[in-house]
Amino acid sequence: MALISVKNLTRVFDVSKPWLNRVIERRGKAFLTAVSDVDFEVAERTTYGLVGESGSGKSTIGRMLVGLLTPSGGTVEIEGVNLATEADAKKIDVIRSDIQMIFQDPYASLNPRWRVRDIIVEPVVARGGDATGLAEKLLEQVGLSALDAGKFPHEFSGGQRQRICIARALSSEPKLIVCDEPTSALDVSVQAQVLNLMSDLKDNFGLTYVLISHDLTVVQHMSDVIGVLYLGRLVEEASPDRLFNNTKHPYTKMLLEAAPKMDAFGREAELPEGEIPDPINPPPGCAFHPRCPIATDICRQERPAMRKLDDTRVACHLAE
Amino acid sequence: MSDAVLSIRNLSVEIPTRTGVVKPVDGVSYDISAGEILGVVGESGAGKSMAGNAVIGLLSPPAHIAAGEIWLNGTRIDALKGEAMRRLRGKQIGMVFQDPLTSLNPLLSIGDQLTETMLTHLPISRSEAEKRAVAALEEVGIPGAVERIDSYPHEFSGGMRQRVVIALALCAEPSLIIADEPTTALDVSVQAQIIALLKRLCRDRGTAVMLITHDMGVIAEAADRVAVMYAGRLAELGTVRDVLTQPQHPYTAGLMASTPLASAGKARLHQIEGAMPRLDNVPEGCAFHPRCEYAQDKCRAAPAPQISDSHAACWFPLIAEKVS
Repeated sequence: MALISVKNLTRVFDVSKPWLNRVIERRGKAFLTAVSDVDFEVAERTTYGLVGESGSGKSTIGRMLVGLLTPSGGTVEIEGVNLATEADAKKIDVIRSDIQMIFQDPYASLNPRWRVRDIIVEPVVARGGDATGLAEKLLEQVGLSALDAGKFPHEFSGGQRQRICIARALSSEPKLIVCDEPTSALDVSVQAQVLNLMSDLKDNFGLTYVLISHDLTVVQHMSDVIGVLYLGRLVEEASPDRLFNNTKHPYTKMLLEAAPKMDAFGREAELPEGEIPDPINPPPGCAFHPRCPIATDICRQERPAMRKLDDTRVACHLAE
Repeated sequence: MSDAVLSIRNLSVEIPTRTGVVKPVDGVSYDISAGEILGVVGESGAGKSMAGNAVIGLLSPPAHIAAGEIWLNGTRIDALKGEAMRRLRGKQIGMVFQDPLTSLNPLLSIGDQLTETMLTHLPISRSEAEKRAVAALEEVGIPGAVERIDSYPHEFSGGMRQRVVIALALCAEPSLIIADEPTTALDVSVQAQIIALLKRLCRDRGTAVMLITHDMGVIAEAADRVAVMYAGRLAELGTVRDVLTQPQHPYTAGLMASTPLASAGKARLHQIEGAMPRLDNVPEGCAFHPRCEYAQDKCRAAPAPQISDSHAACWFPLIAEKVS
């Protein structure tokens, strides 16, 4: 059974102006659909990569997976339990401790006034567990020294801080870790260290990752399945091999074409047209049609459903 | 080189601190010719931005140029102060920063900002400046330039703002543009557009560009030559093809190998152990030796050898001589 099962997930944010402005300017409420009708499943002990540009809704999905945001529509089930509607407090408690999150900015996600030991054991202590020696053990597992437990976060570099965040995420022995841009704030050589650590821990602890990133190469390297998001919609989902070598969706093609390549000296890339549209007023039909080189009338009118094509799932009328 | 637009010789920047003097830039030399894009690449703390700021005279005290020379079009500019530097900045050197929103004035329309810059630096009338402002926006690919000239920065998207910043940097027709991480804040598809724009402007106008970035992919696409920096020093300098396909310096090789792109299909990424040294604690000898898998006694004792276009700053280069 899939560890995570997401069905018709939708999240709408109210971005209206304050009440008085709306009355004076005679404007209605404004809504931003950050995530729109997204379906996917993540099997146990695999890595699911979510990739997309800014505003594609990838972080919003991550936050809904861990329960930091409630869905406006659709469901998130983790181990068959829907945390938003489940009534059995005991069940919720068990599932909650199976989920952890790693954030992008290791400078903002550690409390500067707490010692590293207290930061790492908090997920256990908060639930009344015994945390003797736990921080020291975890620090060694993430490649730091047990002596670091008594230090404060400011004594560490960015890469070391991200290791502390990983240690904290591991302390409650989770099954699932949602990683929101875990290496975007890090230098390339440090990124390699952290990604390798994440791979090792996945094997050692039998973890499942949801890896959110804007960096195609990171997602390609780490993931078993990749979902590509555009304007809150899942447009293509496939294994890295298929996604990169047998690309179906025109947006994915554009993204792959635009990404810098190491061997492309003086390349004159085919330039992507336009920019991501305003999510408050998304285009009708397929959200990508204004920038799509092969769009036809049906793309402008009808939103394409997710369909299976070979082993790829793709939301495009014309993909073949 | 006499035909170089910018020529930096043994530039050192020092910052006196309570615990001693640190050198974020230490004996760096490079040239940029007209119409050439020099990529300056390195990780955070390598001193790449600091070198760029030194050229345009934007070091914030107590940081200062301690040694070396900076020549722009045959004039020495490292000792210029106050008004003389201000006239040079904007007129002869344009600057593009990482964050386009903070480098534009939110209270002035972009047309005002463009004409202000041109009136300051060029002997032209206001109406001529306004005409040129529209042309500048058209040149950087902003649709509907005539209508958008009176828009304010917040009315533009991130990619469009960065185009405006590039138009601003170019409007006084400088011979050198320093672009400090111009695409780091942008999405991949917009980044490709901005890089193509920089390349086109550089080629059409013969402007020299110093492109500072941490992204090897951007360097590969945009730069003609590349300078790799580590702990304030140049590690390697050469044409982008040579440096990226046949790196001489173990640091360059390690950096290339640790990108997920280069390890496609492998289970683990190549790892350079450790981290860049803190500037107040740069190791003796070659700064890279504690992390270098090929380090020998000589590397610990003597500073790395003099760098040139065919030699990396390394005692035991991976490839003895570049074939270029």
